[in-house]
Amino acid sequence: MPRLFANSHKMLFGLIALIIVSVLGVIIFLPLLEILQKSVYSSEGNLIYLERFSVYLSQPNAHTLIGNSLLVSLTTTLIIVPISFIFAYALMRSCIPFKPLFRYLALIPLLAPSLLPAISFVYLFGNQGFLKSWMGESSIYGPLGIILGECFYVFPHVLMIILSALSLSDARLYEAAQSMGAGSIRKFFTITLPSVKYGLISATMVCFTLVITDFGVPKVIGGDFHLLATEIYKQVIGQQNFELGATVGVLLLIPSVITFSVDALLQKKQHSSVGSKFVLYRPKPTRLFDTIMFFFCLGVVLLLLIILGVSIFASFVKFWPYNLTLVLKNYNFDVMDGGGWNSYINSLQLAIWSALFGTIIVFLTAYVVERSRLWAPLLGLIKLLALLPMAVPGLVLGLGYIFFFNSATNPLHGIYGSLTILIFCTIAHFFTTSYMTATTTIKQIDREFDDVAESMGVPFYKTFFKVTVPIALPSILEIARYYFVNAMTTVSAVVFLYSPQTTLASVAVLNMDDAGDMSAAAAMATLIVATSVGITLLFNAASYSISKTSQKWRQH
Amino acid sequence: MFENAITISNVTKRFDNFVALNEINLTIDKGELVCFLGPSGCGKTTLLRIIAGLETCDEGEIIQNGKNITHLPPHKRDYGIVFQSYALFPNLTVAKNIGYGLKKREIEKKEAKKRVKELLALVGLSGSEDKYPSELSGGQQQRVAFARAVATNPSLLLLDEPLSALDARVREHLRQEIRELQKNLGITTIMVTHDQEEALSIADKIVVMNHGIIEQVGTPLEIYHHPKSLFVADFVGKINLLDAVYKGNGFFGVGQLHFKVDTLSQTDIVVGEKMKLLVRPEDIKPYQESYEEVNIIEGNVLKITFLGSFCRILMSIKGLLEEQLLFDVPHKMIKHFTIKEGNALQLGIFPSDICYFKDTSNA
Repeated sequence: MPRLFANSHKMLFGLIALIIVSVLGVIIFLPLLEILQKSVYSSEGNLIYLERFSVYLSQPNAHTLIGNSLLVSLTTTLIIVPISFIFAYALMRSCIPFKPLFRYLALIPLLAPSLLPAISFVYLFGNQGFLKSWMGESSIYGPLGIILGECFYVFPHVLMIILSALSLSDARLYEAAQSMGAGSIRKFFTITLPSVKYGLISATMVCFTLVITDFGVPKVIGGDFHLLATEIYKQVIGQQNFELGATVGVLLLIPSVITFSVDALLQKKQHSSVGSKFVLYRPKPTRLFDTIMFFFCLGVVLLLLIILGVSIFASFVKFWPYNLTLVLKNYNFDVMDGGGWNSYINSLQLAIWSALFGTIIVFLTAYVVERSRLWAPLLGLIKLLALLPMAVPGLVLGLGYIFFFNSATNPLHGIYGSLTILIFCTIAHFFTTSYMTATTTIKQIDREFDDVAESMGVPFYKTFFKVTVPIALPSILEIARYYFVNAMTTVSAVVFLYSPQTTLASVAVLNMDDAGDMSAAAAMATLIVATSVGITLLFNAASYSISKTSQKWRQH
Repeated sequence: MFENAITISNVTKRFDNFVALNEINLTIDKGELVCFLGPSGCGKTTLLRIIAGLETCDEGEIIQNGKNITHLPPHKRDYGIVFQSYALFPNLTVAKNIGYGLKKREIEKKEAKKRVKELLALVGLSGSEDKYPSELSGGQQQRVAFARAVATNPSLLLLDEPLSALDARVREHLRQEIRELQKNLGITTIMVTHDQEEALSIADKIVVMNHGIIEQVGTPLEIYHHPKSLFVADFVGKINLLDAVYKGNGFFGVGQLHFKVDTLSQTDIVVGEKMKLLVRPEDIKPYQESYEEVNIIEGNVLKITFLGSFCRILMSIKGLLEEQLLFDVPHKMIKHFTIKEGNALQLGIFPSDICYFKDTSNA
């Protein structure tokens, strides 16, 4: 470490870096280490390597669970990747009207807990379903309902990946092909598909992983059809069998880690394929194609709105489906299971604190990694810690938190059961996406700003506040919004960590549904969606007013 | 007082296995404008960044005004810098950009304001205090960057390709302006550039670099007329390069021809040694008669290229197999000598206009 602390500025940077390493170590690395350790030790504390796994995997029940999980995940992927591709293709390569509106509406599922589509499908096709007759002999409770619910849940995630892949196409390639007489089908297969190849692979793997690790949808609509994800929940919450939970959890880590690694590899390839003299592709109107695309997008968006609308509508209805009088009684949470209005207040607090502290630590982490010029291996370590959460499903992270913080020897044991542990967990859970947003932004800010400032003897922290933060403000707001919305909607990690004092709105949806109080669950889910939409609009308004007041210097 | 503003001794910088700078030694006098010139990847920018403290060197030391600054962080050094991108803070006004480094020095606000006004007047942008950088043209932004770099009265000014983002006309104008400002302020200045014309036109001293070493240090005239290596000769200006064999007594054999050269300074060449001769196109002139003291050659005109104020002629030469010669003539001479494609022509080269180097190409 030559001259790591050569001067006061570096020393300050070093101090911040050490704080970041310790924070990320505590909220990400150690809990994960704990769960991995648990899975290779016996309950007596002997190292038994992979014995737990071989024992578990030899049970017929495990085969069923794995088979079920694979069935649901693969089917959902096969349905949603093509739909997302066509939708994205329509947005990027056709001349349909209302593109921005379609885009916003398609992202709506991001603002709802994953439990919501499941509730809606129960309302539509369940035992008391409006359209139960459509189902004939089959039942919505099981793989069918799960797959439908998952489709709603993963659609925007998959769509965003494909959208960004399609946006990379270079117009000059198409012009060159056209000049050589290539038809549109030939252009599609020789230019479009190869250019989105990596994006499609990445979208497929992300879709598969999201579905296989989600437990919200199957919990509500799965009936007797059990999956690996619901099994963890059942073992830990229902039977307090933490060891078995950890074993299944580590199994679920496998697809996530594979997805993460492949994605990291593909990211590099994708970057190198885009040159600096890039010309944006602009579609030309084609009547038939545009019409087909328009109705496709309209159909998809209407379906999303109907699924969302059913839960919202049902939450205001007296007694579904027999008495459709509009009432507010379902919002009287205090007389129901799930923690009452308090859970909503708790969720708001969690969202605010996660957004505040999460944004600060994310931005600082990205800034230190990109700008500090500290010892490279130290920065590499921070980067690794920042990317790690992407590879860890929420359920596994939550379990790791139980093992790590519930241990009596942990000095931080005191935060177990408090709001603080929920904030830690939420910040960790959604760290990677936020970190990547921040990194992209900081990379776009000229490094020479810092160099010039230093040459004038102005310390970096002053330039950080006077130049870097003002320039990055829109993306800082986006990170805060992302944290806020996810803190409101997430169930998977926090479901293991809440206490009677810190019940959350999203968990309340789960518990109300569990207690058979579907309309209250729908009401709470609606409240979450309303809050997320409200916050998103608020942040967008703030972002807009910032760009208005700073438009003199901000060139878009 | 110390006469040298900067003394660089044995500075070496490696990136992994790549040697970016190899034992660089250089002194820069006070008040000088020095250009680091070289192709991209030659190490010129790395050397500038090491002087700025933005990179650290692996070996060697740097003395500025008698003080060893090798390991000082940038903010403890005494210099101003202008980058190719200008790096003007986009969210701050012109006045705040220029005054950015003044606040910290606890000059009173009024005084800082006065200084900003002075500097804006200096660069000819009075009244632009409240504009944002994006409202200025490229050339104006460059001037603001310059004003900001000298605002704190540094003893050294570093310019990292400050003009290469501008179009040709603005560039030519601004480089003279920079030169004048630099002379008026008397500030020691280092400018990195890959544009030889820029370096030749404004530098007091040019440092030609290639592959991490200094090829030659000298005034523009020295660099142009007395290049010390084939690389310098080839990089600065246009040249004709001829394979030759030393025949002794100041004579070189080229193909079937003999050239007299009287710039012999190297004494270690032996008769029969393979050499390279070098003549600039403007040093070759059409001759109607022959003179004793001039090397006279004959040939045919192959091609005439119009280059504005002059023409560049490509010739095949009698007695040379493959090698062709380029020479430059003003328009008037074309008529006078009836230079036309296919015509024969007699050319002369003064022995003092030929440089020679040992041929190391296939040693």
